[in-house]
Amino acid sequence: MTDTVLRKSYKTHWLIILLVTAVFGTGAILLGVQYWAEIKSIAILYALIKIILIVAPLMGAVAYLTFAERKIIGYMQVRIGPNRVGPRGWLQPIADALKLLMKEIIVPTNANRFLFLIAPMMSIAPALAAWAVLPFTDTLVLANIDASLLYILALTSIGVYGVIIAGWASNSKYAFLGSMRSAAQIVSYEIAMGFALVGVLIAGGSLNLVEIVQAQQGSFLHWFWLPLLPLFLVYFISGVAETNRAPFDVSEGESEIVAGFHVEYSGMAFAVFFLAEYANMILIAALASLMFLGGWLSPFEGTWIESWFAWVPGIFWLFAKMSLMLLFFLWFRATFPRYRYDQIMRLGWKVFIPITIVWLVLESAAVVLKIGPWFD
Amino acid sequence: MDFERIIFYIFAAILVFAAGRVITVRNPVHAALHLVLAFFTCAGLWLLLEAEFLAIALVLVYVGAVMVLFLFVVMMLDINTSPLREGFVKYLPIGSTVAVLIFAEMFLVVGSKHFGREVVAIPARHAADYSNVRELGSVLYTDYVYPFEIAAVILLVAIIAAIALTMRKRPETKYQDPAQQVLVKPADRVRLVRMKTEQKQ
Repeated sequence: MTDTVLRKSYKTHWLIILLVTAVFGTGAILLGVQYWAEIKSIAILYALIKIILIVAPLMGAVAYLTFAERKIIGYMQVRIGPNRVGPRGWLQPIADALKLLMKEIIVPTNANRFLFLIAPMMSIAPALAAWAVLPFTDTLVLANIDASLLYILALTSIGVYGVIIAGWASNSKYAFLGSMRSAAQIVSYEIAMGFALVGVLIAGGSLNLVEIVQAQQGSFLHWFWLPLLPLFLVYFISGVAETNRAPFDVSEGESEIVAGFHVEYSGMAFAVFFLAEYANMILIAALASLMFLGGWLSPFEGTWIESWFAWVPGIFWLFAKMSLMLLFFLWFRATFPRYRYDQIMRLGWKVFIPITIVWLVLESAAVVLKIGPWFD
Repeated sequence: MDFERIIFYIFAAILVFAAGRVITVRNPVHAALHLVLAFFTCAGLWLLLEAEFLAIALVLVYVGAVMVLFLFVVMMLDINTSPLREGFVKYLPIGSTVAVLIFAEMFLVVGSKHFGREVVAIPARHAADYSNVRELGSVLYTDYVYPFEIAAVILLVAIIAAIALTMRKRPETKYQDPAQQVLVKPADRVRLVRMKTEQKQ
């Protein structure tokens, strides 16, 4: 392709974007004017503000989770980690974000341009949308829908499309191999994950996350991690596999397929994949804390020191539990070597699924026989 | 037009467009992706019908699992699309006959005669605390428990049959048996040899 043709294609590209934005913009404005009263009454604006209040801190958390990861793994390996940008390296994630924003997005020749650019969005959209139903306390939740657990399971299962489409649209063997590995892995671990969630909803008696947390009230020992210990472990390990984190990161596999599905991505398009991965990690941590570790319930509930901690808001306990879970994510990465691919498949299909099925039967029996203190 | 109706028409337009593209687009991967879009917008329409459980189940099962496997297979196939398009005119009569027949059957079964406004009352809007999941569960496990169980058994048979059909003994493939790998002792792998030259010293 000659230079002039390139420039022309870029021009038409911008024209199309401009046209689409103009059409949708005017449409949105017209709709807004016509239904202003309704918009005010159904509080779309209010919901938008709430969405920003969730997404903005989430993005900040993602940025500083990368910093925490580098620091913590650094300390585990007797290094210091990033310490040059800002006091003790605290501005490192901001410098990283600026660097990625400035970089050029290169679309490989013969790549499918539309799918190539839409793949990162397909990957981050479910990771953000799942937060809509996540409760932070029993009242602080954006959309307290009835089947929130199912909604989260459905949305996290869509996330794989970003990986598959990225690998296919890149028109590169490495990227394609990475996406094939990832697709098979995510589909396999979703089954074990789904079974673990079935255990939670049997124990909680509801598909609603708020009610699931409320069912764990009582004490530290009433939380579902104890009666559902195997499911907790299966869920968390499947969560690590679902987010393509070490030791299950064969879809990236730097040593074999350079960086897997996102090898052809640069600049912000790459950063969006990165954001999605970390947002998913935080989501899995939040779900594990809500479903197995009592969410916003205080760990001292039902003990004699409960009143000492009565002033601590519930959201603090939730964040503390999430941080603990995230620490495990980082710790795994610093500790375990990458699994071989056939071992991953064996673990998912031949170990986790039988464990969950056996435990579901035992748990159902416990629920039917009302075995205390959890199911009475 | 109220707000919901606008959403309905937007979703319906996307659904019809995506469904049309599934059969007109040339690249099978694009066709599969359009099918994903069709399922997703269909789930959106079901949400408007207050059938949130079915909508989420559609996304979970079809978008999240079935279509991923579909894409997985379609991406790995090296399909040459030009022979597939040969004989379009030749198969046009029989194809259009089948299409007309299917349309007629669908019209007879779900047409306005059985599902028109005179026959079925307009569904009432439920309150915000109405739980679609609970209602579905209470009907499914009481009134329709036997049909439900039979459907489950048929699905199980289908799963086992599919596995049985694809499982065949292939002596040329080599497997690793983790149990055997774990049980290995040093003596199985390494033979220590004492050589004459060593013994002299």
